[in-house]
Amino acid sequence: MVKILEVKELHVSFTTFGGEVHAVRGVSFDLYKGETLAIVGESGCGKSVTAKSIMGLIPNPPGKITDGKILFKGSNLAALKDKDLRKIRGADISMIFQDPMTALNPTLTIGTQLMEGIIQHQKISRSEAQKKALEMMRLVGIPSPESRLKQYPHQFSGGMRQRIVIALALVCEPEVMIADEPTTALDVTIQAQILDLFRDIQKKTGVSIILITHDLGVVAQVADRIAVMYAGKVVETGTRRDIFYKPQHPYTKGLLNSVPRLDLENAELIPIAGSPPDLFAPPPGCPFVARCQYAMEVCDKVYPQKTKYGKEHHVNCWLQDERAKQMLALQR
Amino acid sequence: MTKYLVKRFIAMLITLWLIITLTFFLMHALPGSPFNEERSTSEAVQRNLEAHFNLDKPVPVQYIEYLKSVIQFDFGPSIKKSSQTVNELLGRGFPVSFELGLVTLTVAILSGITLGVLAALRHNGIIDYMAMTIAVLGISIPNFVFATLLIQQVAVNWELLPVATWKSWRHMVLPTLALATGPMAIIARLTRSSMLEVLTQDYILTAKAKGLTPAKIVLKHALKNALLPVVTVLGSLAAGILTGTFVIEKIFAIPGMGKYFVDSINNRDYPVIMGTTIFYSTLLIFLLFLVDVAYGLLDPRIKLHRKEAK
Amino acid sequence: MEAPKQQESKRASVMDEWFVPKKRILGEAETVIRPSVSYWKDAWRRLLKNKLAMVGLVCLILLIFMAIFGPIISPHSATHQVLQQQNLPPSSEHWFGTDELGRDVFARTWEGARISLFVGVVAALIDFIIGVTYGGIAGYKGGKLDHYMMRFVEILYGLPYLLVVILVSVVLEPGLFSIIFALSITGWVGMARMVRGQVLQIKNYEFVLASQTFGTKTSRIIRRNLLPNTMGPIIVQMTLTVPSAIFAEAFLSFLGIGIQPPLASWGSMASDALPVILSGDWWRLFFPAFFISLTMFSFNVLGDGLQDALDPKLRR
Repeated sequence: MVKILEVKELHVSFTTFGGEVHAVRGVSFDLYKGETLAIVGESGCGKSVTAKSIMGLIPNPPGKITDGKILFKGSNLAALKDKDLRKIRGADISMIFQDPMTALNPTLTIGTQLMEGIIQHQKISRSEAQKKALEMMRLVGIPSPESRLKQYPHQFSGGMRQRIVIALALVCEPEVMIADEPTTALDVTIQAQILDLFRDIQKKTGVSIILITHDLGVVAQVADRIAVMYAGKVVETGTRRDIFYKPQHPYTKGLLNSVPRLDLENAELIPIAGSPPDLFAPPPGCPFVARCQYAMEVCDKVYPQKTKYGKEHHVNCWLQDERAKQMLALQR
Repeated sequence: MTKYLVKRFIAMLITLWLIITLTFFLMHALPGSPFNEERSTSEAVQRNLEAHFNLDKPVPVQYIEYLKSVIQFDFGPSIKKSSQTVNELLGRGFPVSFELGLVTLTVAILSGITLGVLAALRHNGIIDYMAMTIAVLGISIPNFVFATLLIQQVAVNWELLPVATWKSWRHMVLPTLALATGPMAIIARLTRSSMLEVLTQDYILTAKAKGLTPAKIVLKHALKNALLPVVTVLGSLAAGILTGTFVIEKIFAIPGMGKYFVDSINNRDYPVIMGTTIFYSTLLIFLLFLVDVAYGLLDPRIKLHRKEAK
Repeated sequence: MEAPKQQESKRASVMDEWFVPKKRILGEAETVIRPSVSYWKDAWRRLLKNKLAMVGLVCLILLIFMAIFGPIISPHSATHQVLQQQNLPPSSEHWFGTDELGRDVFARTWEGARISLFVGVVAALIDFIIGVTYGGIAGYKGGKLDHYMMRFVEILYGLPYLLVVILVSVVLEPGLFSIIFALSITGWVGMARMVRGQVLQIKNYEFVLASQTFGTKTSRIIRRNLLPNTMGPIIVQMTLTVPSAIFAEAFLSFLGIGIQPPLASWGSMASDALPVILSGDWWRLFFPAFFISLTMFSFNVLGDGLQDALDPKLRR
């Protein structure tokens, strides 16, 4: 498999009135060509910030990439000037935002909004751009696109708008598409349609997708690989099978236990008690320690290293340490 | 849209009728007004008045006749200047006032929007602080105070520009400046805050994610949305400028409608007061109406919302 | 940020005895990290941080202080005419100089402050009483009543404010109360619209609906839910009404249909100073002009500061 995007030890901070918030604290992951990588975690864990960092869309000030690399086609996006980044944004890497109701400009027609991206990146005439826009609208399943081109966003339903937003992201045939909670604002039935669309598009165009979500149901449907984030760090990565059937990190287990499942009988929903740590002053050890039922003294003091568990399966947890396994064996 | 326009148009007519009626009965209650017995005017003027206002007939008839003449845009004779009618006065003074008002409004809009946009783009920067300082001062210093200060400094102490009358562009600079500062400040503040809000909207992020240049994002995506709230205040700003012309024309001795209006107030020239009030009210209410229509045209959501509602 | 190297060295120093279950303090996971602050306290704290608003507040306190004590500490009366002392520049005898009738400008300035502040505050209070009652009823009752009440407001809103004020001032006997009356005729409309909008919005919030389903009394809902939540915008609106009323009074007095002599108003003082500025008697214009601008400035920046401080969206 070909690596298309590499994120290495990414650190992002925000300066606020209350002090500096370390929103992303050393995130690393790879994205392979043609796959869907899901980044999962509860709100505030830094998954959106990670996505926006790749696009160079962290508002600066107050936000800043303080350390780390984002490697794409031989260049480090984290170090690029905005001018050079602009050539990549929308053309090679594109992004879909959460709420289709607010992601489109209410005073411009759909056609204008679809075409301006193409015109920005490609030397192409207006009529050709329009042809391409129509093609994209057909691809994302919008009926009678010719008449729809001249309409404004408020004339579309929520699901249709999200299709438009997806068309916007695809219009320049990017290699990577980042989708930030693309189904959260939609009805469940529409959600399913949009997820189908994602799979369909990936088959047709071979685009790699980074899917940011807190919804494990969505992840189960479309993700090839999963990265679980907690308090600004990736705590576990693995294939969909790894994460759903052999979760290793107590947080991943907690997440899975807090979601209703039909495949398990008499499965009780167990919420994770407590709330994530304050990222104004992140703890030196494992951030999950206060909510972890297996917490050890070491977890408070030192952050665990990444440990390989399976072929694609990695986890950052002291429970993987030999000494912890010995201790647990003794206890039993 | 049409349904909405008709509704607004009817509301406009009611407001106008209210103003005409209000002025009529207020003038009736006044000692020394043309409708009252105790007036002290010359023979010639009195005959003019009686003829125009049908003073020999009962009050309801007077009211109806008055309404009729107002609809025909006939405001009757002046009390103080026996040979003149209010219409002649309007015809002479209004073009001057209109020029002053239009130039002022243009200056205020252009400079206000520029200042507001610059301030928003350089949020919390030096330009922002400077623009907002100008804006706060512009709102705080009354136009007549600013006008007199300008005369004292620019015209008297430095002798840069002429003080009075209305002849060349040099005469226009100070009055326009005095009158435009307030509305400019309001527009600048409004543009800034609405621009700041628009810049945090998701669709701006979408535009950035497309790789558009900052200039395109601001001009194409942000500005139009940010100016929508500015359009809504244009009506009341025009009203402010219009009433502002009263004092500015008095201070700079500009022979416009505002000056005649102030003179008529001081001379208790009631037909002129009535006529000018009604004329100005009509103008302003019509302006408010135009602003509403313009807003409907600029924001596609409004227009089509109405269509769907039908 | 910890460099990876540092972590490497830490790794080496991980001790075996740390691999024991963590001792837990009961309920640790549940603790809320930052203490919650009440809405008003929080708003006040943010207002204190706003330097410009604080400047406005301090100026305002000084202005009110001088309006009360200025005429008392002045050795001259505001209306006493000394014909031998016409148009004197500021001196140790007449701190702000004298006018064309030999009256003391210092005393007149603070008399003017009294009138300006009085007009501003009373007009704002009347707006508050009429506007909140009218808007509150329309918003809370809703339905047909609201519809007709708002139609009426819309028509009044269409009337050009200062033009109506001028018209009414022409008709009434000129004076302080005529001005306040004229200002109040259409002044409350803005407040009513704002209050109605707020009430309408808050009425449909979940927490109000929730207390309704619990059978809470109407009066209690108004007191506990509607009032505290509308208070912020109302205070802001009042603070911004004051300068516009002060401006209107000065405007009328400048035109000669406001405060009548021998009473002093900043507007009429500025108007009287017009003929003499050409001869260089700057103090006649400067003092009323400066203080009216300062007053409007103070109210405006304080109002802006309050608006920012009371905006729940900006709370952090």
